[in-house]
Amino acid sequence: MSIGCKKLKRSHLGLIFVVFITLVACSNRPCQARVYIDINAPYLRKIPTAIPIFKDMASVQSHAQFGKMLSELLTETVKFMGFFKILDRESFIEDPPKARFLEHTINFKNWTDIGAELLIKGGFEYKADLLQVELRLLDTFGGRLIVGRRYTGRPEDHRRIIHRFCDEIILRLTGHPGIFSTRIALVSTTTGNKEIFIADFDGYNPKQFTNTGTITLFPAWSSDGKWLAYTDYRHGKPELFIRNIKEERGTVVGLEGSSITPAWIPGRFALAASLSHEGNPAIYLLSGNGKIMKKLTRYWGIDVAPAWSPDGKEFAFVSNRSGSPQIYIKNVEDGSVRRLTYEGRYNTSPQWSPRGNYIAYVGLANGKSDIYLIGTDGKGPIQLTRDAGDNESPTWSPDGSLIAFSSTREGPSRVYVMNANGTNQRRLLLLEGNQTNPSWSPRLTGD
Amino acid sequence: MTSKFWRGLAVLLVIAGLMCVASCAKKPVVSEPAVTPAAEEEAEAKRLAAEREARAAQKALEEERLREERLREQAMLRKEMAERERFLNEDIHFEFDKSRLLSEAKEILKVKAKWLRARPDVSAIIEGHCDERGTNEYNIALGDRRAHSAKGFLIDLGIAGERLTPISYGEERPVDPGHNEEAWAKNRRAHFVIQ
Repeated sequence: MSIGCKKLKRSHLGLIFVVFITLVACSNRPCQARVYIDINAPYLRKIPTAIPIFKDMASVQSHAQFGKMLSELLTETVKFMGFFKILDRESFIEDPPKARFLEHTINFKNWTDIGAELLIKGGFEYKADLLQVELRLLDTFGGRLIVGRRYTGRPEDHRRIIHRFCDEIILRLTGHPGIFSTRIALVSTTTGNKEIFIADFDGYNPKQFTNTGTITLFPAWSSDGKWLAYTDYRHGKPELFIRNIKEERGTVVGLEGSSITPAWIPGRFALAASLSHEGNPAIYLLSGNGKIMKKLTRYWGIDVAPAWSPDGKEFAFVSNRSGSPQIYIKNVEDGSVRRLTYEGRYNTSPQWSPRGNYIAYVGLANGKSDIYLIGTDGKGPIQLTRDAGDNESPTWSPDGSLIAFSSTREGPSRVYVMNANGTNQRRLLLLEGNQTNPSWSPRLTGD
Repeated sequence: MTSKFWRGLAVLLVIAGLMCVASCAKKPVVSEPAVTPAAEEEAEAKRLAAEREARAAQKALEEERLREERLREQAMLRKEMAERERFLNEDIHFEFDKSRLLSEAKEILKVKAKWLRARPDVSAIIEGHCDERGTNEYNIALGDRRAHSAKGFLIDLGIAGERLTPISYGEERPVDPGHNEEAWAKNRRAHFVIQ
């Protein structure tokens, strides 16, 4: 087994350099074609995966804890997707290799014997204040390297290095890019007011984003991840704000009435929102500068909560035109409107799957809110949450495999995440106060 | 001796007479100023007392009038305050997921219209609120409709639309934090605030 360094690339992550590692034996056949995980499958078999503690390639004793921390971080990160069953290290046959990581030859039988189908190995080294991390994903039964990378960056970049490799792992195994560069915006009452906070995809490091001192709601990411639209009451009424995330600039859409539920059109600097300045809440198209371009729905009652299809040709929305809130789909090209939900008297908060074929929404039945999934053709619906408080505000991960949502299952409203089939529900983060309105970012480049 | 006696008696008598005359003559001179000023004083005192009394009575009457006026004013102020309080505190209520006005709500709005009509310089904010059930985005839209229902009814009763600003709070500002029908019924409301 030999290693060939194919190319050296300056990454988007500032100081991090990446070296692509491939096996000579592998370069002759199409080893990336196989899809290990079909994220469209309704029930996933979790792949048994072994992740030994990362090796300190320079063998510095004081760095042992760092290797453990890195391997734990990688374990938690890949586990987040719900695709893997991480094997207990106690069951490993192979001792931590004595040999230097790079020269070590893998005895795949030691791993297949304990049931591991995938093996993720890692090594690291400090070189002149820089951290070098080498990571490999191996197919134990196939006895081959699926992907290998060597990253060089500042020691404090270790989270991003691990996230980048995990993105590679997910891309190789599912055919879709991973989501480990994404973040989640949410509303929290931590300060006593409703403010928007932004955390990493896994709830790590939540930071307060707005400081309105009032009610702030409905964060929505532009598809390039550079803008956040939201509603706040700082001028005494619910107004729409469009704010650049990094720079201190943005626009206030200072209309009378309620300006709520912004939703950016994929790939465009434009958004839809529900505005009631003309009397009743209707859906309008606005430019990213806050200029009203067009009225998209016409009805005397309530039209609210637009959610765009991935191709931007249709949007789902909520209307009470049939007497109670139901979800409709409008085609912006031919102007047609069709009703999507018929079950139940109260269906709201549609969110179109980034993969196009499903809409997640909130249904209220017997006084309880739950998350449902319905095909855009009306097939279903499938109930994803049940008997666990009120569950609201679904938001898709950009690969369409996960849904974050708010729930009162533990008392206060908090943000949870689950696989798109409703399995693997767990709390995303713990903050003072109540958390609502989570909104998953697109994949973000740079920092 | 006898003539001496009589002469002496006569002298005595004369003296006595003189004394008597003297005293008689003197008496009015002495007593006159003593009697007359006292009566005058008494009369004056009476007059003053009467005057004081009259003044006091007048003052009491005036005070009574002022008090009554104050009371009337206070009562009016209280009534005014009560009407204002009622305008501000008497919410109209709605059914779940509905923005139509119930007959009770219409009666309350008629009182509010009367109050607004008498105060053409007053502008009001009509807050639309919802209970916690359902989703917060739909509830802002619903609160918007509720505030507009109230505004539309007041416009029909002759209040200028420019004086009425609807603002929806959805489920964000409940008056009762409870999670039961009693709390929900209180929270499904339109609330008035003077601008």
